[in-house]
Amino acid sequence: MEILVCVKRVPDTSENEIEINSDGSDIERDDLVYSVNEWDNYAVEEAIQIRDNVGGSVTVVTVGDEEDEEVLRREMAMGADNGILISDDAFEGSDGKGIASILKAEIEKGKYDLIMTGAQADAGAGQVGGMLAAMMDLPYASLVNSIDIIDDKKIKAGREVEGGNQEMNEIDLPCVLSIQTGINEPRYVGIRGIRKVASVEIPVHGASDLGIDASSVGENGAKVKRLDYYLPDLGEGAEMLEGSTDEIVEKMIELLKSKGGIK
Amino acid sequence: MAQQIFAYIGHNNGQAEDSALELINAAAKIDSTAAVTAIVVGSGIDAVCDAVAKTYKEVWKIDAAALSNPNAEVTRKILVNVLPADCIILIPHDTFGMDLSPGLSVKLDSTFVADVVDIEGNEGGNLKLSRQEYSGMVSAHMECDISQGAAINIRPGSFAPDESQSAGGTVTDKSGDAGDIAESTRRFLEVLEAEAGDVDITKSDVLVSVGRGIEDEDNLEIIHDLAKAMKADVSCSRPIVDAKWLEKSRQVGTSGQTVKPNVYMAMGISGSFQHMGGIKGSPYIVAVNKNSKAPIFQLADVGVEADILEFVPELTEKVEEL
Ligand SMILES: Cc1cc2nc3c(=O)[nH]c(=O)nc-3n(C[C@H](O)[C@H](O)[C@H](O)COP(=O)(O)OP(=O)(O)OC[C@H]3O[C@@H](n4cnc5c(N)ncnc54)[C@H](O)[C@@H]3O)c2cc1C
Ligand SMILES: Nc1ncnc2c1ncn2[C@@H]1O[C@H](COP(=O)(O)O)[C@@H](O)[C@H]1O
Repeated sequence: MEILVCVKRVPDTSENEIEINSDGSDIERDDLVYSVNEWDNYAVEEAIQIRDNVGGSVTVVTVGDEEDEEVLRREMAMGADNGILISDDAFEGSDGKGIASILKAEIEKGKYDLIMTGAQADAGAGQVGGMLAAMMDLPYASLVNSIDIIDDKKIKAGREVEGGNQEMNEIDLPCVLSIQTGINEPRYVGIRGIRKVASVEIPVHGASDLGIDASSVGENGAKVKRLDYYLPDLGEGAEMLEGSTDEIVEKMIELLKSKGGIK
Repeated sequence: MAQQIFAYIGHNNGQAEDSALELINAAAKIDSTAAVTAIVVGSGIDAVCDAVAKTYKEVWKIDAAALSNPNAEVTRKILVNVLPADCIILIPHDTFGMDLSPGLSVKLDSTFVADVVDIEGNEGGNLKLSRQEYSGMVSAHMECDISQGAAINIRPGSFAPDESQSAGGTVTDKSGDAGDIAESTRRFLEVLEAEAGDVDITKSDVLVSVGRGIEDEDNLEIIHDLAKAMKADVSCSRPIVDAKWLEKSRQVGTSGQTVKPNVYMAMGISGSFQHMGGIKGSPYIVAVNKNSKAPIFQLADVGVEADILEFVPELTEKVEEL
């Protein structure tokens, strides 16, 4: 089975306090810790497990710049066979549709049975996978939390739906799946694994390699644009308890008693 | 002419979801004069249509036996067949909307916007709205060209419900326009119900809930100790379940359990909307988080900026002394 996984390098929200820069045009990028989008890491682990079971290969691809290459290497250290960096100044400022159409052009150059994305990335959109599938006229399922390969024509995939229930579907290959966290336990990647793939050649594909009309993507092609970042005023918020730990604990116990938290 | 606006009605077991009442108010923020048409797609949906007609003047019913089970792929085909060109369709941003809408916008050749929490206004097809990014840590104003139509996913709970129930609307059967919706490349098999766990957190009065801030499985002990001292049950956010540190039945949130305790202790939980979506009945929320800007502090009643690894044992000790 030839599997392609779309991955994105994102600021790690569990490692950083995300702050807005002074004019609101961006988040504060200095000293940010980046990592591979959490959902994508689960997708790559799933792809590796499928390959190890049924044979084939795993290719990881990202649309980004040279700094984003590091996530390809990380996922290759995990076990992906190939990496492809898609990079071009013309791609900058693309919206979801732009990214999906760029990925489509890359996918059409190869022959993949299974294409995976994460359920969502840093902007919480969850759009690229579904768009890609529709653009390629392939079946799609989102929020996938289990995959069984039935044969080389079809799979059984579970979708996570409300309340922790699972919606089971049979899907024809090739197809596009967006992967939900918890589908597996992604393996640990040590520094030694990263060193091993440090010198592997990663091809870089630009707009002309992929036959993409530069005006259809990037800032110019984007119909959805961010104007600025801001912190919403959500009213009062919590009463923050201040003082020494002893004082805070004492106050909290009083509050908990009055609210029925401690009987 | 103004763009036509549609509201996609989510429904479950013959009942419209709460979002049905919210989408009409979201639509009003795009165009306050628009007559919004509700679309109900499914099988055996008369009761849903009648209920929705109390809120929407016009309801389109698309009844198809193929949809006795949810299938976003089939629904997408139907919508492409029935929707007029360049229209705006509002869809709840839930697991079905996430499945349906991105591809729908491609097929309609319209603009897609995910998980919208507020709408500021529409100036000649230039729609200004708000979203959240980075797990709700920051918000963003967006500008969207919707002149050629749009599929817009609206976060459930973000707009006030219209409870007037006074529309006295009519239901129009559009099933004949659904088109060929024969066997799809994705076939529904069954829904597997979530497994019950050893405790039923939906019945707990007091929950001590733990999130990724606990950092390590071994540290969970301090949470169990606090819960024991408070005679409370332990619940958690999703990453704790993903890591297999606690069972799925203890997960609070849209893809976990819906809880309604009197007191909810959020320990090292950031306060994502999917997590908070599982907390109903406005409990007294206590949040402890080491980041003073964590969204949970906007939602909690009382907060402490502290490291839970240090704070929780102190609290436990004092509670035990009582
Ligand atoms: C379709 C879908 C459904 C989902 N369903 C659910 C759901 O049902 N339930 C759910 O919970 N999530 C759900 N999620 C995931 C959700 O989006 C968030 O990723 C998740 O809720 C984050 O959990 P968290 O707050 O524990 O972790 P994080 O967001 O990583 O937050 C950890 C917090 O701990 C704080 N912290 C770190 N260390 C310490 C310390 N030592 N002391 C004190 N504080 C500390 C940090 O400042 C941070 O605020 C869903 C996501 C999707 C896409
Ligand atoms: N720049 C990108 N390069 C490669 N894949 C991406 C990119 N942006 C998004 N994706 C994929 O699309 C998924 C969903 O992202 P999004 O639609 O942006 O929330 C991610 O988890 C990735 O798999």
